[in-house]
Amino acid sequence: MTNTIGEIADADFIFACGTNTVEAHPVISYRINQALRKGAQLVVVDPRDTDLAKWANEHLRLKPGTDIALVNGMLHVIIAEDLYNKEFVANRTEGFDELKATVAKYTPEYAERITGVPAEKIRQVARAYARAPKSTILYTMGITQHTVGTHNVFSMANLAMLCGQIGRPSTGVNPLRGQNNVQGACDMGALPNVLTAYQSVTDPAAREKFGQAWHCAIGEKPGLAIGEMMTAAHHGEIRAMYIMGENPILSDPDANHVAHALEQLDFLVVQDIFLTETARYADVVLPAAAFAEKDGTFSNTERRVQRIRKAVEPPGIALPDWEIISRVATAMGYPMQYASPSAIFDEMRSVTPSYAGITYARLEERGIQWPCPNTEHPGTPILHTEKFNRGLGKFNAVEHVDPNEMPNEEFPLILDTGRRLYHYHTGTMTRKGMLNDQMPSDYLEINCKDAESFGIKDGDRVRVFSRRGSMAIRAQISEVVPQGVVFTSFHFTETPVNQLTNPKTDAIAKIPELKICAVKVEKIA
Amino acid sequence: MAVATVTIDGMTVQVPAGTTVLDAARSIGIKIPALCYDPDLSSVGACRICVVEIEGSRNLPASCVTACTDGMVVRTDTPAVAEARKAILELLIANHPLDCMTCEKSGTCLLQKYCYEYGVSSSPFQGDRHEFAIDDDNPFYVRDMNKCILCGRCIRACEEIVGRSVLDFSYRGFNTKAGPFMDTPIRDSDCVYCGSCIAVCPVGALEEKKMIGKGRPWEVEKVRTTCPYCGTGCVFDLNVKDGRIIGVTSTDGDVNGRFLCVKGRFGYQFVQSGDRLKTPLIKKNGEFKEATWAEALNLIAGKFKETKEKYGSDAFGALSSARCSNEENYLLDKFTRAVIGTNNIDHCARL
Repeated sequence: MTNTIGEIADADFIFACGTNTVEAHPVISYRINQALRKGAQLVVVDPRDTDLAKWANEHLRLKPGTDIALVNGMLHVIIAEDLYNKEFVANRTEGFDELKATVAKYTPEYAERITGVPAEKIRQVARAYARAPKSTILYTMGITQHTVGTHNVFSMANLAMLCGQIGRPSTGVNPLRGQNNVQGACDMGALPNVLTAYQSVTDPAAREKFGQAWHCAIGEKPGLAIGEMMTAAHHGEIRAMYIMGENPILSDPDANHVAHALEQLDFLVVQDIFLTETARYADVVLPAAAFAEKDGTFSNTERRVQRIRKAVEPPGIALPDWEIISRVATAMGYPMQYASPSAIFDEMRSVTPSYAGITYARLEERGIQWPCPNTEHPGTPILHTEKFNRGLGKFNAVEHVDPNEMPNEEFPLILDTGRRLYHYHTGTMTRKGMLNDQMPSDYLEINCKDAESFGIKDGDRVRVFSRRGSMAIRAQISEVVPQGVVFTSFHFTETPVNQLTNPKTDAIAKIPELKICAVKVEKIA
Repeated sequence: MAVATVTIDGMTVQVPAGTTVLDAARSIGIKIPALCYDPDLSSVGACRICVVEIEGSRNLPASCVTACTDGMVVRTDTPAVAEARKAILELLIANHPLDCMTCEKSGTCLLQKYCYEYGVSSSPFQGDRHEFAIDDDNPFYVRDMNKCILCGRCIRACEEIVGRSVLDFSYRGFNTKAGPFMDTPIRDSDCVYCGSCIAVCPVGALEEKKMIGKGRPWEVEKVRTTCPYCGTGCVFDLNVKDGRIIGVTSTDGDVNGRFLCVKGRFGYQFVQSGDRLKTPLIKKNGEFKEATWAEALNLIAGKFKETKEKYGSDAFGALSSARCSNEENYLLDKFTRAVIGTNNIDHCARL
């Protein structure tokens, strides 16, 4: 997030795209509620009539995969009606002329033809976003999990920069991230192309610095992303894998392909707290400590680094992940000996400029938001207040492109996937105890008109087919999904929806199009 | 900004105009009891236990809903104030189970605390008593409305913080009851069990079901930590007794204050699940066999080295984890690039 969660409560206008915050980030939705109680306007952009959409002043129920057209329509209105922030555009940005040229054809009427959102609503929302003193953009994977995911995010940034709704309190471009430490894992360089703090492996200075710190030579070629690793394993190019705390058999698209890839490996190590679906494919399974059994830090979606603390002992002879990795490295002849997680943190911050000023001592009372370059620095609640990382903010003019897999006669419906309130990711943590008692199984949301045309009644068992696989699931007739769209979550091993999803990825961020694939639904006789 | 200078118990304090007498008093360390007041919620002045004397006022106003005005003179410790507060407590406990010996709230209950402070152990008032059925037909909460003092904090938290407005008062007079629409069990309401009502309840009317009978507050160690679920970064206290987690309670998180969602508050059970992995496992003839760390590490080191030698470093791939800590992600990053010598590391950031 460019801004801080607490600031949402003071926004005047909230533009929430592809986020069902009420279910997926409940505590952030409390801040939206507080803003609404103070008179803020909420516009929700989502094909589904989510719990958040029910709070909205305006729900733009666009056709799946048409976000760029919608935002370009808004940009068109804001430029045509001279509502943009000329001072911000002149002093803080570049590329405005290209943007203006690109969005020229996206009249609200043209955008309506692509998105299905009435032109007049596009006008109203564009004006309100531009005119509000403090407008904030919130989004999640409804924006990113598309083959145009990066371009969707460019659209969000274009909108914020055009109106100068960034770099001030209660504004900004704010992705709400879905996992406790997904921000931290990225910050720590658990990505194929960057080291910690996004220092690129293609940068010779970064390679030199890490080479010295780690006594090694860092390769200049970016590595493979998850999906690419699976394909490489499939082809015998990757022969061994070490998987820590991940369950790609349920979480990754085209899961049958993932399973086959893992079977092809010569050697697979899975380190986890449970014998997950993925761990069953392993040659060696290593038992790890859970969050409550170790010390460490997580970084949240607003870049706030916070402590976790050991409360209880791990079961049996399980060990914290950091200790297991150290032992594996040491066994391979590369000694890694750390007295505690804080020693690892200190080493990390010595090579990580944005974390350099954060220490365990400082984190004792409160979290600190990076960038925090030195130990006197208070942290950074709001990014881009004076300038952007690259200097001027660049408008990236982007065009609408259809999703990779559109419905056709054989597969007439769009399958959308996401999350449920009572569960988390692949269910390894939430399919236990009270949460599972509350929601022990999932269902397929299907619109009443589709249900009628396919002869499906509420509660029927159905089979959903895509080009890649099929699964059986209970149907729930629902007004949450529009006609032509069905929805379920990826939390349940009994209904492994990722056996159906499309592994086609965005060319830049390599994120798969998990929000859209073509399916058909048949009642199980 | 306009300021008001007020004198409270002989101490003079300047506060922004509009500050309540309660907040002004608390800002200079003067204790005023309050049951319905909550700093995160709107003030309603319902319980009246925060009454004070204000010069020129004919009655005893509730300090939580009385704004300071310039020159105001307030006394919080007069016999009239003490008598009024005592009477309020006696009225409250006239219809309140005095079962502190088994009540989960004992030790953190505000009604108990104030009765202790004002020497109230029984009530001179005798009359009808509630006999509400206990609502525990759900995995998360126990609602005992016999203990409810009708302060309305749960109602305001559900509306003002969470935005669900599941709760309100139903019936009137003596029969007034806080709960879901039409006084249904919570299971039949739109409640999603975030437990915000529990976090603000000053008495034992709302309790976490699984914590009942597990330990007294003073026996429990509270370990402040960060939630393992979504990326919001809520902070809470793990409650630990005899080496076991018995529940989660609110603390004061940077992001969330005292408020959590159902997963944060009730999603800790996986940690102590019997299904946890307890030893390394090595697959032999398609079956997992328990192994020692030494056996597992030797095998792994050998195989990883063999892969590297035979096929090169890029024949290795690592998946790190958005669930693991920064320290662990850093180490796996270092392991992959420095020990194996490949950039093939990723995690499920995109999923």
